[in-house]
Amino acid sequence: MTDATSIPAAPEDGRRKSSLRTLDARTRRRNAAEKRFRFYGLAAILVGLFFLVVLGVTIVRSGLPAFTQTVVSIDFTLSEEDYAKAEGQLFKTKAYEQIFNAALVTSLEERGVEAEFDAKAINRIMGKPGATIREHFRANEGDLGTPVQFELSAASRVDGYFKGRVTRDGFVDSRFLQASDLDLVDALAEAGIIRQAFNWNFITGADSGVDNPGGAGIGASVVGSFFMMLVVLFLSLPIGVAASIYLEEFAPQNRFTDLIEVNISNLAAVPSIVFGILGLAVFIQFMHLPQSAPLVGGLVLTLMTLPTIIISTRASLKAVPPSIRDAALGLGASKMQSVLHHVLPLAMPGILTGTIIGLAQALGETAPLLLIGMVGFVARGYPDGFIAGFTEPNSAMPAQIYTWAARADVGFYEKAWGGIIVLLLFLLTMNIIAIILRRRFERRW
Amino acid sequence: MSFVKLSASALAIAVLSANAATAREQIQIAGSSTVLPYASIVAEAFGDNTDFPTPVVESGGSSAGLKRFCQGVGTEHTDIANSSRKIREKEIAACAANGVTDIIEVRIGYDGIVFASQIDGPAYTAFTQSDIFNALAPKVMVDGALVDNPYTKWSEFNADLPDAEILAFIPGTKHGTREVFEEKVLATGCEATGAFEAMMAAGMSEDEAEDACLEVRTDGRSVDIDGDYTETLASIDANANGVGVFGLAFYENNTDKLKVATMAGVEPTTETIASGDYPVSRPLFFYIKKAHIGVIPGLKLFAQFFVADELAGPDGPLAQYGLVSDPELAATQEAVANEETMN
Repeated sequence: MTDATSIPAAPEDGRRKSSLRTLDARTRRRNAAEKRFRFYGLAAILVGLFFLVVLGVTIVRSGLPAFTQTVVSIDFTLSEEDYAKAEGQLFKTKAYEQIFNAALVTSLEERGVEAEFDAKAINRIMGKPGATIREHFRANEGDLGTPVQFELSAASRVDGYFKGRVTRDGFVDSRFLQASDLDLVDALAEAGIIRQAFNWNFITGADSGVDNPGGAGIGASVVGSFFMMLVVLFLSLPIGVAASIYLEEFAPQNRFTDLIEVNISNLAAVPSIVFGILGLAVFIQFMHLPQSAPLVGGLVLTLMTLPTIIISTRASLKAVPPSIRDAALGLGASKMQSVLHHVLPLAMPGILTGTIIGLAQALGETAPLLLIGMVGFVARGYPDGFIAGFTEPNSAMPAQIYTWAARADVGFYEKAWGGIIVLLLFLLTMNIIAIILRRRFERRW
Repeated sequence: MSFVKLSASALAIAVLSANAATAREQIQIAGSSTVLPYASIVAEAFGDNTDFPTPVVESGGSSAGLKRFCQGVGTEHTDIANSSRKIREKEIAACAANGVTDIIEVRIGYDGIVFASQIDGPAYTAFTQSDIFNALAPKVMVDGALVDNPYTKWSEFNADLPDAEILAFIPGTKHGTREVFEEKVLATGCEATGAFEAMMAAGMSEDEAEDACLEVRTDGRSVDIDGDYTETLASIDANANGVGVFGLAFYENNTDKLKVATMAGVEPTTETIASGDYPVSRPLFFYIKKAHIGVIPGLKLFAQFFVADELAGPDGPLAQYGLVSDPELAATQEAVANEETMN
């Protein structure tokens, strides 16, 4: 390297002078660097797109099977005696299951299915139909004694056989399913008794026990997430907007407000599990709010979302030109009128964007819910009424997905992916509502 | 602004409902992730078969569950703690300090702890406790002397084992399974290899030597798994040489991915565990706060439902899932019916 201060050597002849027509080496290098820079940007976008596509394809491919379920569809008649007998037992759903399976064996024997089978094989093929049957006949006692068509989910491994999770080669006999059962399943599929159907229960149902993947649904936890989002929206938006308006428009500039500002920024970076611990200590153990309730989940997530909303609201308030304020004040509006009538409406699109980002973040959080009892087996079905929706135990979508992913039966893994699709759809709906609202509020000047 | 009104009403609802909801209706359960599957099966059946609401079952490990259980009496605390080990004296004392004195212990059955590896991986088919100890202890016996564990491959100390790198995924310390692993595998291996004797000879007291026997090496060949068995399974999937510790029920649900090793020549099955031939098994428990019986609706009924023959018996759904049913279930049923507390 030459010394930086040394004077460059004088050109030897006229040809070294730069010309606009011919590109000299330096310009070429500069142009190449420019091209390279553009290419880097493009490559970054392509890498991002590539991963997005991979992610999307993986989610859809792994999750779509969760929306179909292998069902056994058959006419079933329950006699009054059997009904009374089953209701008289401790484990009623098991009794119904046994009655149903016995009836299925008889009906298959009458029809003559081209495969050998015994009652045990039927037990292995069927899922857990007891609860569905009991629910139906308890609600419709008039159906006793007449044939009712049921579509009952098959066992998880039979479902896996139809979806390609379980294959004949490499099949290991276990007490859950044996290779000979697959012949029976094929014969039943031929006869139209076993088939794949759209799994409405996955969209509307609640969680099920670990031995019953066919009965698991995400519906109840969608409701749980919905109520949590309501709490988050109706607490964090007004509090966040009020706080930012005060800080931005009214607060005096002093050390105290500086301190508050710094702390709000810091709070936005606090790990979400910390809010969970806080929620457990304050809301449940000190304030005695109910455990596993969307209300507490919503309160915890509100704490988490507030800094995001405050920061984005302040940014959008700052972006409103001072001339708007000056004009309002100049025409005799009070400070409050200028803020509420002019500044806030203009800042609304930015506020909504911030709120949606905050809500989306809150929707996907599992960690804070771990400590307040919303992660685990929470199979309560739908709440009875609006207020109960806040206080009755419920799970939330990410918590439900996490729980499913941790279960031993592979059938639940598929449900977890399906749950992710539902979660993304929920998020998409929220975003679309926000975009529509933003369009309505948007003003240009 | 309309949202101000809306949020005011939301706040009002929140406050009102908070006051109304202090009387809890559902049973709250937390604890062992090994007991969680069984508890969830029973909880679902309980909700389907009775008019009581389905209990809420949380996971998190035996120690964490018992800690929450012992935090006090009252509806803001859990009613039942699931545990894959017996409650410790220390925990009973912690409970008592917080006013939780009457605890009902319920044994629901037995679970085997199995050593399994990738189905296409090295042939880990037969282990003894000594093999596991030699592979995972920080100090082992080599040629009659206690030295820092020099082994990197299984075949170095047992020629019958595959020539593969030692890598084991064992349950983390917050899991009850870890304690059973320590006591039934490491401690036994420690004595069998003579390491225990050597430690005593080196001047350790009996207690110190016992504790030293339960330690695992920290050079990365033994990995603690704090999550559920699915995490162990994922680690095994990613490491062909890995050996993982699973519950029998989990292994039986994943026989297409895992192969199991015998322990001291015995294959883990429900039969060998029930007969006591398979050495690494443990009882599973849940603990009920007696003070909550009569306060939380259906609590006692739930406990009775859990241990009823129809559920926890050999033909019930719990055994179907992988629980080894307790031969003395009748005694447990009676104890629950009489609300017999510990001590």
